[in-house]
Amino acid sequence: MVSSSSGASSRPSARAGVEVRLEDLKRRYAGVTALDGLSLTLAPGELVALLGPSGCGKTTALRLVAGLEETDGGRVVFGGEDVTNVPANKREIGMVFQAYSLFPHMTAMQNVAFGMQLHRVGVAERRKRASDMLELVGLSPHAHKYAHQLSGGQQQRVALARALAIKPKVLLLDEPLSALDAKVRARLRDEIRRVQLEVGTTTLFVTHDQEEALAIADRVGVMQSGRLEQLGPPMTVYSRPATPFVASFVGLTNRLNGVVRDGAVEVRGTRLPLVQTDATNGPAVALVRPEAVTLAGEGDSTPGPLNGTVIATAFLGATSRVTVDLGDVTVLAQLATSDAAAHPAGTRVRLALRPDPVLIERDEAAPDHG
Amino acid sequence: MNSARRLRLRIFRITVFLVMGAFFLVPIGAMFEFSTRGNSLTAPRTLDTWTAIIKVPDLVQAISVSLQLAVITSVAMLALLLPTMVWVRLRLPALRRIIEFICLLPLTVPAIALVVGMVPLYRWIKINVSESILMLAFAYLVLVLPYSYRTLDAGLASIDLKTLTEAARSLGAGWGTVMLRVVVPNMSTAILNACLLSVALVLGEFTFANLLLYENLQVAILYQSFVSAGTSIAVAVAALMFAFVLLLILSFVGRPRERVARAEEAA
Amino acid sequence: MTSAGIPAVKAAARPTGGGRRLRLSWLGVVPFFAYVGVFLLLPTVIIAAGSFAAKDGSLTISNFTSINQPYLVKSFVNGAVVSVVSALAGGFAGALLAYAVVTGSPRGLLRRAVTSASGVLAQFGGVTLAFAFLATLGTTGVVTIFLKDHGIDIFPNGVWLYELSGLTLLYAYFQIPLMVLVFLPALDGIRPQWREATESLGGTTWHYWRYVAGPLLAPSFLGCTLLLFANAFSAYATAQALISQGNLIVPLAISNLLTSETGRAQPGLAKALALSMILIVTIVTVLYAVLQQRSARWLR
Repeated sequence: MVSSSSGASSRPSARAGVEVRLEDLKRRYAGVTALDGLSLTLAPGELVALLGPSGCGKTTALRLVAGLEETDGGRVVFGGEDVTNVPANKREIGMVFQAYSLFPHMTAMQNVAFGMQLHRVGVAERRKRASDMLELVGLSPHAHKYAHQLSGGQQQRVALARALAIKPKVLLLDEPLSALDAKVRARLRDEIRRVQLEVGTTTLFVTHDQEEALAIADRVGVMQSGRLEQLGPPMTVYSRPATPFVASFVGLTNRLNGVVRDGAVEVRGTRLPLVQTDATNGPAVALVRPEAVTLAGEGDSTPGPLNGTVIATAFLGATSRVTVDLGDVTVLAQLATSDAAAHPAGTRVRLALRPDPVLIERDEAAPDHG
Repeated sequence: MNSARRLRLRIFRITVFLVMGAFFLVPIGAMFEFSTRGNSLTAPRTLDTWTAIIKVPDLVQAISVSLQLAVITSVAMLALLLPTMVWVRLRLPALRRIIEFICLLPLTVPAIALVVGMVPLYRWIKINVSESILMLAFAYLVLVLPYSYRTLDAGLASIDLKTLTEAARSLGAGWGTVMLRVVVPNMSTAILNACLLSVALVLGEFTFANLLLYENLQVAILYQSFVSAGTSIAVAVAALMFAFVLLLILSFVGRPRERVARAEEAA
Repeated sequence: MTSAGIPAVKAAARPTGGGRRLRLSWLGVVPFFAYVGVFLLLPTVIIAAGSFAAKDGSLTISNFTSINQPYLVKSFVNGAVVSVVSALAGGFAGALLAYAVVTGSPRGLLRRAVTSASGVLAQFGGVTLAFAFLATLGTTGVVTIFLKDHGIDIFPNGVWLYELSGLTLLYAYFQIPLMVLVFLPALDGIRPQWREATESLGGTTWHYWRYVAGPLLAPSFLGCTLLLFANAFSAYATAQALISQGNLIVPLAISNLLTSETGRAQPGLAKALALSMILIVTIVTVLYAVLQQRSARWLR
C-alpha cells in the first residue's frame, strides 16, 4: 500500500540526528490489533508526521518508538542500534506530550534542567544549557514561572525545550498542539518546525490534523487500522492520494459517478486521467478535489459543460469554497475569493473539471466489468 | 508500562487488598462468631444472645429512644437547614460563606470538648424545660450539621434554585408552597442522603449521651456488656448492620446525583 | 420546629421599600443563628469563660496551671503518642490502599466498593469498634484462641489490648479509611504523563518517586496525616468503651472530671482541658487546610 519508498530528507539544513527505523512493528491490546506490521524509516534529521483518525495506531507507533510500551513483534532501530528491548529511560529520546506534562512543582527552568540532572550534567552546564533552550523557544522571560502561571502554548514550548535539552537521538511529538486554540496552534506549529530544523533532530510527529501534518513534515504517513496507507511528501499525499481513504481523509473530495473507459474516467462528459492506470472498464466513483473544479458565469465566453446553481459560499480567507447544486448532486469548488465573489448564492454557473489524474473508488459489491 | 512492572504492581495490589481486607473484615466477623457462641467453646452455635435482646427492658427502651432521636434530629435538621440555605442562596448570598463556616465548625471542635460546655446547658434544660432524653436532639443537631450541610449544599447546587422559585412565584405560589412542592421534590436525593447520614450518626452517638447522663442505644450497649458480653455484642452487631445498610443505600443512591452536581458546577 | 423560616419569609416577600425589605430579609436566618447561638456558640463561650474562672467566679489562670499535674501531663503525652502513631500508621497504610485503588480502573467496582466502605468505616468508632476488637483479640477473642491453638501466645506479657498499643490498633481501624477518603483526590491528580516524561528524560522509577511524585504528594500526605492526628486526638468513645477507667488520654481525663468529685471541686479544670484540646485541634486543622490548598495548586 505504501506508494512512496523512503527517501533522503529534502532538507539539507539537517545537521545532527540519526536514522530511525521501524521494522514490521506489531501491537495488540486484548485481542484488538492496534498496529499491524508498521515499517517506516526516518532519514537523519527528517521530520515525519503520522496522520490518521483516532484509533488508527499512530500514537501506539510513537509509544513503541519511545519504549513506553512493549512490541508484540518487529524492531525499533536507532542509528543502526536495535533498541527494541531497551527501556524508555535508556533510549535517549525526547518526548512532548499532548498537554499537562510539565512537573507542576518545578519552574520552567527546573523542568528543562531536570532531564540533564538525571543525566548527571554538571550544575553550571545544566543552567547554561537550560537558559539556551528556553531562549531557543523564546521563553527566557518566563524561566522562573511555574506551569500554572504559563499559557497552554508556553507550557508546550517548555516541554519542547525540556525534551531537546538532553540532546535526544529522536524527538517524539504526541499531538503536542491538540489542546491549544487555533491561533496559537498555527504559530507554535511553525515554531516547532523552526526549532527542529535548527537542532536537526530526527523527529516523529503524531497528529490527527491534516493541515498540521502537511504544513510541518518532510514526509507524511497516513495511517488507518494500524497500517500505513501512504507515505510521501505533503504535496504528493495531497495531490496524488494513493488510496480512496487518503483522498477522503486528507483534504475535501467530491465523489462523482462516472464510467471508466480506456484508461480514463468519464464524468459528466469530461474525461479525467486515472491514477490507477490499470483500472478495468466499468462504472466507478471519481474522487475530484475541490481545487480541480472551476466555475464560470452563464454568459461567459468559456462555458463549462455543466450547468448548476450556487447554493452556498464559505469564506476561508484567501480562498472560498462554493457549493454548487447540479440537480442530482452537489459539488464543492475551491476558488480564489475574488473569483468566488462573482458567483453569489442563487446565481447560475457553468462548471468544469480540470483534467488532473484522479482516483476512482468502486462499490465492492458491484459486478466486475472486464 | 512494561510487563515486569505490571506484574510487580499486580502483586502489590493483591497483597494490599488481602491484608486490608483481613484487617477490616476479621473484627466484624469475630463479632458474629462471638455473639453466636454457646456457654463453652465446645458447645454448639446458638442464637441465645440475639433472642435475649428483647428480654432486656433497658435495651429495648434504649433502641426505641435512639430511633426516636434519629427521626427527630433528621426532621429538625431539615426544618432548620433547608429553609435557611434556600433563603440565603436567594436573598442573602453574602451570608453563604459565614453559614458554611458555622456549619462546618463542629468538625474542628471535638465532641468531648463541646460536651464540657453543654453540661451546664443541659443541667438548666433538665430543671427548666424537660427531663426527657429527647432533648438530646438539640445537641445531636450540632453533630450532624457539617455532614447535612455538605449534602444539602451539593443538592442545591444541582438545581437552578433561582429560576425554579421565580417560576413558581410567578405562578402564584407562596413561599411555603415553593419549599414543599418545588424545592423539596427537586432535591429529594440530597434530602434522603442527609437524613440517612443523620440517622446513622445519631444511632452511633455515645459521647454526648454518656456525659450528659442519658441512656441512649450506645450507652445501654456498654452497660449491658457488664452484664452479658454476648448480648451486648449482638445488639452492637445489629445496630452496625442497620447503619451499614443505611450508608450503603446512601452510597449507591447518592453518587450519580452528586456527580451531576459537580459536572454542572464545572461547566 | 417545622418550617422555622417561613413566617419571616412571608413578611419579607411583601412588596415594600428597599431598606425595609433588606432588613426583613435578615429575619429569614434568625432561627438558624438563634439555634447555633444557643447550642454551638454558648457552649464554646461557657468553656472559654469557665476555663478562666475560679469556683467562686473570680478571674484566674489556676485552671491552666492545674493541668501541670503528672497525671494530666501524662494524658496529654499519651494522647499525642496514640494520635501520632495512629496517624502515621493509618496515613501510610491508607496511602498504600489509596494507591492500590487508583492504579485500578477509575470506574471499576473495586474502587466504588473501597470508597463506599471507607465512608462507612471512617465513621466507625466507639462501643462497637471496641467490641469488635474484644471479640477478635480479647482474651477469648477469635484470633487469640486460633493463634493459641497453633502455639502462638499474643499476650505473653499481659493483655496489651487495653493499653496504649491496643488503643492505637483500634484507632487505625478508622484512620486508614479516613486517609483513603482524603488522600485519593491527591493521587487522582497525579498525571500518567509525569511518569512517562520522567522516563523519556532518562529517569528510573526511583527518580520518579524521589523527584516528581514524592515532592508532589508530600504536602497532601503531610496535611492528611495532620487531619488524622486531629481525628485521633479528639476521639473519646472508643477509648471509654475499651478502657472504662483511668485518665490514659485527655478525653478520658475530661470525662472523669465531669463525672467525679474532683471535677466538681474545680469545675474550671475540665473546661481548661477542653479549651486546650480545641486549640490544638484547631491549629492542626488550619495547617491541614493550608497544606491542602498548596497541594491543590499542583494536583488538579
